[in-house]
Amino acid sequence: MEQYIPIVIMIGVGAAAGIVFTNINRWIGPKRPSEEKLSTYESGMEPVRSARERFSVKFYLVAMLFIVFDVEIVFMYPWAVLFRQLGMFGFVEMVVFIAILLVGYIYILKKGALQWH
Amino acid sequence: MTAESLAFFFLAAFAVSTAILMVLQRNPVMSAICMIGTFFSLAGLYLLLHAQLLAVLQVVIYTGAIMVLVLFVIMLLNLGDEARLRERYDLAMGVGTVLAAGFVVELFFILFYSGDPALRASMDPRAAALGTVEGMGGALFGRFVLPFEMTSVLLLVAVVGAVVLAKRKG
Amino acid sequence: MIMTPQDYIAALPLGIVAVTAFLVLLIEAFRDGSVRVTSWLTALGLAAAFFVAMTRVFGAAPGTAFFGMYATGAFPDLMTAVFCVSGILTVLLSSAYLGKEHLVQGEYYAVLLSAVAGMIMMAAAADLVFFFLGLELMSIAFYILAGFARGRLMSNEAGLKYFLLGAFSTGFLLYGIALVYGATGRTAISAIPSHSLALAHSPVFVVGLALVLVGLLFKVAAFPFHMWAPDVYEGAPTTVSGFMATGGKAAAFSGFLLIFSPLALNALPTLSDVISLIAAASMILGNIVAVSQTSIKRMLAYSSIAHAGYILAGVVAGNRMGAEGVIFYLAAYTLMNIGAFGVVSILESGDGTGVTYDECAGLSRRAPVLSGLMAVFMFSLTGIPPFAGFFGKYYVFAGAIGGGYTWLAIIGVLMSVVSASYYLRLVVLMYFKEGTERNSSVSVPAASLAALVIAAIGLLGLGLFPSLLLQLTAWCF
Repeated sequence: MEQYIPIVIMIGVGAAAGIVFTNINRWIGPKRPSEEKLSTYESGMEPVRSARERFSVKFYLVAMLFIVFDVEIVFMYPWAVLFRQLGMFGFVEMVVFIAILLVGYIYILKKGALQWH
Repeated sequence: MTAESLAFFFLAAFAVSTAILMVLQRNPVMSAICMIGTFFSLAGLYLLLHAQLLAVLQVVIYTGAIMVLVLFVIMLLNLGDEARLRERYDLAMGVGTVLAAGFVVELFFILFYSGDPALRASMDPRAAALGTVEGMGGALFGRFVLPFEMTSVLLLVAVVGAVVLAKRKG
Repeated sequence: MIMTPQDYIAALPLGIVAVTAFLVLLIEAFRDGSVRVTSWLTALGLAAAFFVAMTRVFGAAPGTAFFGMYATGAFPDLMTAVFCVSGILTVLLSSAYLGKEHLVQGEYYAVLLSAVAGMIMMAAAADLVFFFLGLELMSIAFYILAGFARGRLMSNEAGLKYFLLGAFSTGFLLYGIALVYGATGRTAISAIPSHSLALAHSPVFVVGLALVLVGLLFKVAAFPFHMWAPDVYEGAPTTVSGFMATGGKAAAFSGFLLIFSPLALNALPTLSDVISLIAAASMILGNIVAVSQTSIKRMLAYSSIAHAGYILAGVVAGNRMGAEGVIFYLAAYTLMNIGAFGVVSILESGDGTGVTYDECAGLSRRAPVLSGLMAVFMFSLTGIPPFAGFFGKYYVFAGAIGGGYTWLAIIGVLMSVVSASYYLRLVVLMYFKEGTERNSSVSVPAASLAALVIAAIGLLGLGLFPSLLLQLTAWCF
């Protein structure tokens, strides 16, 4: 339990920094609102429609591919910790693992799934 | 009360309350943010159980990747008027509620029996030492080498599926 | 920790299928549109895995490879052979069907191969973790295949519905595995019978097994987890429906035979009672609802629920005869059901119509060979000798009676009589009813015809000489 105290302190400091820095402006800054200041700022343009629009499914494809390769990376974490201990056997294991996913990567590239149009 | 049990009750309360908030929120984005809270407190609970690797994975995969995907889906669907998410209560929902309640009772029953001596006797003693990065890694890259390699095939199929189903035909 | 050559040899069928999938994917990536090559390569890979598996069935002693992950012996190899047959027949039927539906894409074959790889993992699992991975691999491949016809709304619905419900059921299965592991600290499947004896009254363990049961019952589409089956089988591309209903079902039932083995079930009589009730309900619901269907595809979907019930009777029997009967039934069911779906895939026109009972009236004049083959499949599905379907039913019901479930066998026989009404109605319509569109003849592609003929000959062969297969199943347990 004790060895987690630094981590808890880190989390606390991190959270505090985030909260303080994003709100310090609001807390100590002077506030003199006028109608002009409260209107939406879009580089001087008049806002014409809602900012919430339907996203293209293309984003989803990118997100899916990100997740898959993110999961792949996760397996490397214990592997890296144990790298010396596992020796050649572990190295070959990871090479096979990545080679299989490389097939998928080549497939993605050749199919143009990463191209936007 | 030890520090450990204090931490447990704090994390458990946080997990349950954010989970309830997640279900009750009208705004799907707020729901998603509440879910991040649940995931984080679950990661803390894993740490308390000495399952360090699992805690890290919980943060990296769930609070990182899965949440991004959830937010993407919310944006893709563009639910717009959040109030429309209100559900109607009908017979199917009533039956579902009863079944869910039954399941909860079942789980409490399990909890109640987890100190069962027959259960303790059948427990494999090696299982307790498995939570660390070294323990999990040693199992994953040792005995579980074949499942590990097949995970890669599983990810490959997921890639193909994403491309086949979501890519516009050129 | 070093693998020996024996390990690799044990997992050879899995390796062949997986490597073929990689090759198919790479060919598709580099030479877009060479689907002729990929489809033949797929069939070749599956055939190679089939022969490797079959050469080892006879006289094989059970064991494990890859540090207790991969089970070796007659059972995994025989089931591997069944999955490969299912895959080969689907590939043969698919080439013409995909062309008709404008779905010609090499990925289809890669995903199909990975589904077969997942099935092999399920049947060859010696560990619950490995079993789960196989089930996931197969299921994800099925979700993709069910929604493969992206242009068709029904197919999209099938893919999404199957995915959402399937993911939910997988959650149950995984939670069940977690509880079993929590109760015992082990994930080895071979440890389940002894734990069942020791922990028969421990809620953690029993509820864990019950949740695993829920996950598996969903995969075999047994009542009350059958809701997805009609919509998914109707919406998915027809060849995929045939593949899911046979290979997928066979894989899930090999999970039953492994996890709910006779030894484990005899230690847990409550669980057996639950399974027997589910078996009876599946037979009754599947058969009675199938009677009122107008679409043949939907009828086959409901009848697959009924067949899940029959096969569950063999599982719940808890004896050797029942277990061997399950394998025999699965082999016969693979041939006859892929055959039936295959005939439907040939009759189906590009927009998904042409598969109602009425449209099959007078088919024997338009397509005599096809009607003859369909009649064989329907007779076999009903369970009329001399086709293999009869012996499948005979062995599972005989096993059920031996295991003290006489009432289940009686329900099964009665429901088989009910099933005759909708299977044989199609035969009567094809042969003794005037059709409306007399001049439009049906063209049967050569590869599809080959698949149907193989299935029909297999059914007749297994029906006339059931001992051919029973010699092999005897080595399984």
